[in-house]
Amino acid sequence: MINKLFEQELQVINVGLSSFAESIRQTGGKSLQLDWRPPASGNRAIGMKLALLVNDPQVEAANRTAFERFLSAQPILIGVDSARNAIPHLGERMLLHAGPPLEWERMCGPMQGAIIGAILYEGWAEDHGAARKLAASGEIAFAPCHHFGAVGPMSGVISPSMPVWIVKNQDRGNLSFSNMNEGLGKVLRFGANDASVLDRLRWLETVLGPAMNAALRPLGGVELRPIIAQALHMGDECHNRNAAASSLLFKKLTPALLKTDLPSSDLARVLEFMAGNDHFFLNISMACCKAMLDASHGVEHSTLVTAMARNGVEFGIRVSGTGDAWFTAPAPTVAGLFFPGYSQADAAPDLGDSAITETAGIGGFAMGAAPAIVQFVGGTPQDAIAYTREMYHITMGINGGFTLPSLNFDASPAGIDARKVVDTGIAPVINTGIAHRDAGMGQVGAGITRAPLACFEQAVAALGQPRS
Amino acid sequence: MIKNLYRDSVSLMQFSEKLRALEGIAQASAVMATENNIGLLVEAGLLASAVPPSPNDLLIVVAGRDEASTGAALDSAEAMLTAKAADAGDGGVRRVIPRSIQMGLESMPSANLALISTPGEYAAAEARKALQFGLHVMMFSDNVSMEEEIPLKQYARAHDLFVMGPDCGTAIINGIPLGFANVVRRGNIGVVAASGTGLQQVTSLIDRFGAGITQAIGTGGHDLKSEVGGITMLQGIEALAKDKATRVILLVSKPPSPDVMWNVLDKASKSKKPVVVEFIGADPQTITGGNIHGVKTLEDAARAAVLLSKGRALKRFSNALPAKYKSLVKPAQKKLKKGQKYIRGLFSGGTFCYETVLLLRESLGSVYSNTPIKKEEKIPDVWKSQEHTVIDLGDDLFTQGRPHPMIDFRLRNERIVQEAKNPETAVILLDIVLGYGSNMDPAGELVPAIRQARKIAAKAKRTIVFIGSVCGTDSDPQNLSRQEARLREAGVILTDSNAQAARLAAAIVS
Repeated sequence: MINKLFEQELQVINVGLSSFAESIRQTGGKSLQLDWRPPASGNRAIGMKLALLVNDPQVEAANRTAFERFLSAQPILIGVDSARNAIPHLGERMLLHAGPPLEWERMCGPMQGAIIGAILYEGWAEDHGAARKLAASGEIAFAPCHHFGAVGPMSGVISPSMPVWIVKNQDRGNLSFSNMNEGLGKVLRFGANDASVLDRLRWLETVLGPAMNAALRPLGGVELRPIIAQALHMGDECHNRNAAASSLLFKKLTPALLKTDLPSSDLARVLEFMAGNDHFFLNISMACCKAMLDASHGVEHSTLVTAMARNGVEFGIRVSGTGDAWFTAPAPTVAGLFFPGYSQADAAPDLGDSAITETAGIGGFAMGAAPAIVQFVGGTPQDAIAYTREMYHITMGINGGFTLPSLNFDASPAGIDARKVVDTGIAPVINTGIAHRDAGMGQVGAGITRAPLACFEQAVAALGQPRS
Repeated sequence: MIKNLYRDSVSLMQFSEKLRALEGIAQASAVMATENNIGLLVEAGLLASAVPPSPNDLLIVVAGRDEASTGAALDSAEAMLTAKAADAGDGGVRRVIPRSIQMGLESMPSANLALISTPGEYAAAEARKALQFGLHVMMFSDNVSMEEEIPLKQYARAHDLFVMGPDCGTAIINGIPLGFANVVRRGNIGVVAASGTGLQQVTSLIDRFGAGITQAIGTGGHDLKSEVGGITMLQGIEALAKDKATRVILLVSKPPSPDVMWNVLDKASKSKKPVVVEFIGADPQTITGGNIHGVKTLEDAARAAVLLSKGRALKRFSNALPAKYKSLVKPAQKKLKKGQKYIRGLFSGGTFCYETVLLLRESLGSVYSNTPIKKEEKIPDVWKSQEHTVIDLGDDLFTQGRPHPMIDFRLRNERIVQEAKNPETAVILLDIVLGYGSNMDPAGELVPAIRQARKIAAKAKRTIVFIGSVCGTDSDPQNLSRQEARLREAGVILTDSNAQAARLAAAIVS
């Protein structure tokens, strides 16, 4: 091989002083100058650990397995049931929340508001004061949605009586769950918990949930990847924009709903509710992504990122090869546009499980597909494409099922590789709504943020040392 | 402090220069906010106290006339550093410049070598990644420990890859100069060298003597220590032995540890090609035998290789000063006053310094240096010469926070002037290194200092003899002939090689 070098044209990757790359070019050689910076934010130990993982045969094999499982997943929306019935091992006095684990005392305003609302909704307390006391008492168990195969946007609170979407990955049989989207305005996920919020939750439980289930069961479920694929061709990225996907689902479900024996007054309200909520599909998109990623979780030595989630205090990630561990860093703020009357000062730090969409290669990773919302991030359609292109550099491959018209129908980047994030310092981009920092105020804007590099650095440090 | 902005140290030094030139600015320094750099700033009095290190952030410190000028300097510094690279202008989508070796391979899939010149603490990790992608590696970076070097070289050997370095300043592969290297004619001599300037000297002299090289492989300074075992040199000999274009092999190093020396000579003898060996400072007789020819100086090494490459017989090389230089001795001696007794060698190349000390000691006895042959000849104060003194200005001592003396001549020029003030200085001995990486006009840098030194001496009714040798070729960007002509114009006596410069200087003060 050394002698082969003498017979080849010398092609040099130059890491460091750029004058060396220039002199190689001046003397007729080929060189490529890197825009290098110390990986792992300059942490040498993690930098060396990373080096040992790069292109390692065992890690590569593990990643092929994990990525293959991710790509082969076939998530089907099969029905709706109460969390109590649907989610295995959910405790009776347990509330699920978004992001990595955290205690009541540390929860942000919107999440505490949602917890109080859920306690009142379940009837575990009489009033707000009692609910707050109960939440702080330790009698209620709190756990991340992610620990139960579930995901929820914003505060992501799921209580046992709430109806949840059930998604089954036909390929490997794993299930995932998400709560139902309440629409905009005063809603539980932003921490609102007054009577109107609780009334709506009861309507979801007693009318909308059973109606959806009744429509879905005879259909044998709805395949979700084709809906997302089509929506990406219609201007959605299926995180911050779900207008097209919600319409597509509406088309699928309406005929089925008409065949159920739902009273016409309920039917009208159900259809009205679906038609009036452009984010109706968001929670389903999230559950779909969760099902795909859970399928690829737990492959030893794999560096595939299988979850990114925020609880309003911390941003956390999980990686296929590191089991149940969370790698966390303070939740970043979101740079974006604010609704009239609100500003950065009103914003809660990044919140919600919805970054599962980016983890699965849509959302911010498919920004190029959604020029309609690019103004939220103060950019041009070119900027949106640039975000997507940038993400190709930190992903394992592409998802041929999700193509992007503005990128000449290139497949979307898919499968975040924690190694590449740490090596390049390119942080995954996330498109997201911005919650008001106080409970119940709702959404105040939308914008873009980046996953903290520190999470990925910790993950690299924790990954098992390969044999080789 | 600018968050998350990385620039290499050389561009930051150039940038700091630009800041210093701004109106009302006395001192300016832009560095990556590493612990080491912050320490240096505190030491230099530019920071009142240490700030917490953050190696990915860029720290700019300026001192100036008033707040208005420092404020303006900081503002323009930030503007210059964060200015967006001009886009392609085609309204297209901005693309990310590759940041990692893996990303680089996406743009250059047939890359076969990674040239690494990052700060030393990150170099081993980059080298490891390159090797794991099947790339050969040249590590220009220094400050890489042997604990890091050894596993890299072992991995490379197991996968039939080269690691040149760490601290490998120069190499020429397939005719392409890498790092600090000269543009040398291609030919049939293959070189493996543990010393950067040693490699530059032999390859430049081969070019000067009308021959050329196939490959010049650098090993880095630690390779021939017994801990490393000469892995790269042994691989290099083997590769050159197999290489059809290589007719003669030339090895350059300080004397290796005995076990490594034996392995190297054993490998060399098995190459079945003539091998010239210059273990600088070792007795050539102990090396010579069979196809192996030991030599004494870098110049002899180049001459021997050239003769063998043309199929000619080797002659014995004389230690005496060649006739063309002998005639210069008397006229030079006549210019010297009684008190002018000593040589002051001011070197930018470590091996040039080392070879000079060795040769001077043969005829002059003790020679003081910061890189002495004997402990008792270590100069007590590197900033002050005593008796015969030869200083390597490329020593870490001098390069903390400033570019190498082959690039930045300020320190050497100051020292030339300082030596001129000393009534005991007879000869100022210099090396001038051309090639990529070096200053683009060394003669232009040196001549004003030489003129100033002459003026100072003339005021005291003294004349100083300047002797030097230029290491380079006519194909170098600086052009050897032009550089030599300008130095001669300034009255510098030039020899073809470093060894002859040392011998001439010694003859003059003897």
